[in-house]
Amino acid sequence: MRFKKVLFFLTAIVVLVLSACSQKPAEDEKNEIVIWHWMTDRQTAFKELAKKYEEQTGVKIGFKLIFPPDIYSQKVIAAARAETLPDIFGILGEKRTLGSFIRAGYIVNLNSYMEANQEEWKERFYPQTLKLLAFPKDSHYDVPPGIYGVPIDTTIMQFVYNRSLFKEAGLVPDKYPETFKEFIAYTQTVKEKTKVNGFVCGWGEGWLLNCLATEWAINLMGEDKFFKTIKGEVPYTDKEWIEVFSLFSKLKDEGILVSNIATMTNKESESAFSRGKAVFSFNGSWAVNVYKQLSPDLDYAFFPLPKVSSRFPVKTWGGAGSSFMVSAKSSRKEEAIKFLNWFTSEEQQKFLIRETNNFPAIKGCEEYLPQNLKSSINVFSSLTHPDVWPYSEDSRVIEVLNKGLQQIVMDLKTPQEVALEIQRKKEKISRK
Amino acid sequence: MGFFRTKKIIFLIVLHTFLLSVALSCILPFFWMINVSFKTQQQYDDDFGLSLASHLNWENYKTVIITEQFWRYFLNSVLYTFITVLFIVFISSLAAYAFSRLHFPGKNIIFYAFLAAMMIPLPAGFVPVYALLQQFHLLNRTGYVLAMTNMGLSISIYLLKTFFDQLPRDLEDAARIDGCSKLQIWWNVGLPLITPALGVVVIFNALNVWNEFVLASLIFTGDKYMPLQVGLMQFSGKLVTYHTLIMAALTVAALPIIILYIRMQKQFIKGITAGALVG
Amino acid sequence: MKASLKDNAVDFSFVFPAVLIFSIFYIYPFFYSFILSLTNYDLIGNFDFKKYYVGFRNFQDIFSDRDWWKSMYNGAFITFWALTFQNILALILALAVDKVIRLKKFYRVVFFILPVLSEIIIGLLMRQFLISEPVGRDVFNHLLTNVGLGAMAQEWLSGDKVRLVTALVHCWKGFGWAFVIFLAGLQSIPEQLYEAARIDGANAWRTFCKVTVPLLMPVITLILVLTILGTMQAFAMILALTKGAGGETTVPVMIIYFHLGNRFAGLACAEGLILGIILVAVSFTMFFISKKVREKYGVLPD
Repeated sequence: MRFKKVLFFLTAIVVLVLSACSQKPAEDEKNEIVIWHWMTDRQTAFKELAKKYEEQTGVKIGFKLIFPPDIYSQKVIAAARAETLPDIFGILGEKRTLGSFIRAGYIVNLNSYMEANQEEWKERFYPQTLKLLAFPKDSHYDVPPGIYGVPIDTTIMQFVYNRSLFKEAGLVPDKYPETFKEFIAYTQTVKEKTKVNGFVCGWGEGWLLNCLATEWAINLMGEDKFFKTIKGEVPYTDKEWIEVFSLFSKLKDEGILVSNIATMTNKESESAFSRGKAVFSFNGSWAVNVYKQLSPDLDYAFFPLPKVSSRFPVKTWGGAGSSFMVSAKSSRKEEAIKFLNWFTSEEQQKFLIRETNNFPAIKGCEEYLPQNLKSSINVFSSLTHPDVWPYSEDSRVIEVLNKGLQQIVMDLKTPQEVALEIQRKKEKISRK
Repeated sequence: MGFFRTKKIIFLIVLHTFLLSVALSCILPFFWMINVSFKTQQQYDDDFGLSLASHLNWENYKTVIITEQFWRYFLNSVLYTFITVLFIVFISSLAAYAFSRLHFPGKNIIFYAFLAAMMIPLPAGFVPVYALLQQFHLLNRTGYVLAMTNMGLSISIYLLKTFFDQLPRDLEDAARIDGCSKLQIWWNVGLPLITPALGVVVIFNALNVWNEFVLASLIFTGDKYMPLQVGLMQFSGKLVTYHTLIMAALTVAALPIIILYIRMQKQFIKGITAGALVG
Repeated sequence: MKASLKDNAVDFSFVFPAVLIFSIFYIYPFFYSFILSLTNYDLIGNFDFKKYYVGFRNFQDIFSDRDWWKSMYNGAFITFWALTFQNILALILALAVDKVIRLKKFYRVVFFILPVLSEIIIGLLMRQFLISEPVGRDVFNHLLTNVGLGAMAQEWLSGDKVRLVTALVHCWKGFGWAFVIFLAGLQSIPEQLYEAARIDGANAWRTFCKVTVPLLMPVITLILVLTILGTMQAFAMILALTKGAGGETTVPVMIIYFHLGNRFAGLACAEGLILGIILVAVSFTMFFISKKVREKYGVLPD
């Protein structure tokens, strides 16, 4: 009989727990605009802005943080299917995903709002940041033309160096390497003098390899030839592409890379750089905030891509960092859009710069930038990003490319082998 | 005689040295883990956790359990494991009883269908299950518990049915003569009789759910729903450079299971090998 | 005694909850998986077979996908080590523990700790233990140096060693499980048979070959099948330990997992089907072989 009692008892507990769990807390208050985002470092700043907006207009804004990013993405997709999307949300990932959301009718086309009052709202932004969220007529994404999101900041990818280590090695702290050759020479000087490794980067995350390879490829062969490769007119086995891949094997051969770089996450790389474990790194502009938190006294500076050729200009990978979309199913669309308009006005953007150390999405705030980012504003005229290219590479080809570069860095494959593999994948996919 | 004795003793010494060294390789990493979890990051950077922590520094545990809300992952895991196992025990013992004692058309076909399902490799099947849960908006708790219940069902039914088959029917016959309904017989006679087999089912499924990662990492769409294994993975990605915190988190996740296992090793060993012995 | 309709209904209601869950989570996904594998559904928007239909393209893609076959190779590599190293170690340990009288229980408890713990815990712990600067702290290498084996210090989790290290960690986690089953098998061999062999004057090796191995055959084949099935589906430990190591330790389930994460649902389904079919085929073959072997040795399972 004891057995049955225990079973009854347990069942009672479960029923209790279940009923307690199913009592949903009143999350969505009426008259509140709900925003989902994944930016842990900005939640406090966002909340402050929300408070300010409520004081000014009486409209309540609820910023809801969902972390980590991959869970956030899943939640947004699941919510879209269940038609429980919040009024405002962000979409992570490739433009392909944004395209799917638009085709499924989940996102408001903001074109008419952006173009109201002689395009006042549209004119505020750096053209590059807005372009990432815009779909031109007849784009290959197969969605109605328009602007589908509001950028709230800008991100660019650049090299960064540790100034203290430069000093320690007897280098001039303000003179960064301008060419690839110099870059290698610098790392060797630093290694001789300080025993510190040359370069750290989160290459376990393929996209960081991809950014760098793209920047070097465009510098080496020019944007035209680069696009032709994506179009399929130039093979990846082209001499210049192999040259690009060889840059990575060169880095490996010269012993410049820290160990385990091919499986390192960006977080690990940031920590290593801030602990002075390497003199160079390649990272996004968000790193200012990260390094500040990890090691407030770190003396470092960003610098543009070390050139591999002088024939073509250097283009910097960059554009919208984070952006917000308005749900087409929302009953408070107009208010939500009004809020985003306010959110991307100069005063709010300046506040965000101060609090989060990111580039703003809008022009005219340059002087408020943190010291480390000020010089980088020059590259804004020469940004590049897959989402604005006329053609986009299939993500499976990119996957092979990233993996191939990882294998080069791990000394498992030669640049030629990798080039051949990418080309093979490319041909297989485009044949259909 | 003395020669053989010495030979035997040497043989035993060699044997025990070998066995002990393997045993140490199993235990030492966990001592190291617990040791590191009591150190500060600085101490760990200096001695790599290879010297004993000078005192029990609970700071890492405080951070992990309270600040990083590990208690929530832990409770979630307890909750999912508990509910899933309860579901499995009820549903599978009902079904096993029916397969063993009752008669209805198609009984054998249904039973063989359950047996055949054990052959389907599960990790290969998580894609459609995920797509299905998403389609019916069953992500998170409900979907997870149901999917996990399903995973353990076939094997549990099989185990319990074979156990029922071996039991004499006298008690049940007596109960029937006393006028008990079939449900009452299952509840009053059947269940108490199969308690030993239920123990195996409980442990087997509890460990299965507790240690499950793939499905859990796919279908939970919020940090607050996540069970321990996914929490560990998230945590180690988020605080990747705080090694001592990760060690504290691993200890929090591993130690309760180790303690539970040492207290109930027989059932654990039976429970885990049960899956194997069914084949 | 003819059962009435009502009786049948009552009896069936006992299995109804099981059948319901089973149909929703096994049978429906089983067929759904074939349908999905013929599409390029991206999990956004509602599923519409006609709209997403791509024919057998996913399967064609997989058959010519080097990454996929590389992952199968990696899986097979780890399986090979598990089949040989892990199982032989487990058998030797079982034989040894079967012989000793003291500490028997202690060994059994200790060897079985690893299978009880989750793959994630083992993976993360060993990652911390093995990985070198600047990601980790080179603990294992320091340990080697401390005991005078500094010459062996190297990067364990990168380059061409990572696959072998992963396989060994997998074996380390799994041997206890095989050990316990072997031990149970050994203990079920009647003592009289050994006694008889000893009287016949057989030495230890002959006894092992003529008595232990034949009687252990069902257990051995069982362990082989389960090792293959289990290792080819291994995933979480490897994810936690190496994250795939740039394709060097990518296993099939990892590819499926990441494709699903990137919302190539159709492709992931097709890959799941192919892996499933291969595994079912392998286990059927193994069972067939094991049946033959058992017949040959004249030991049939009861």
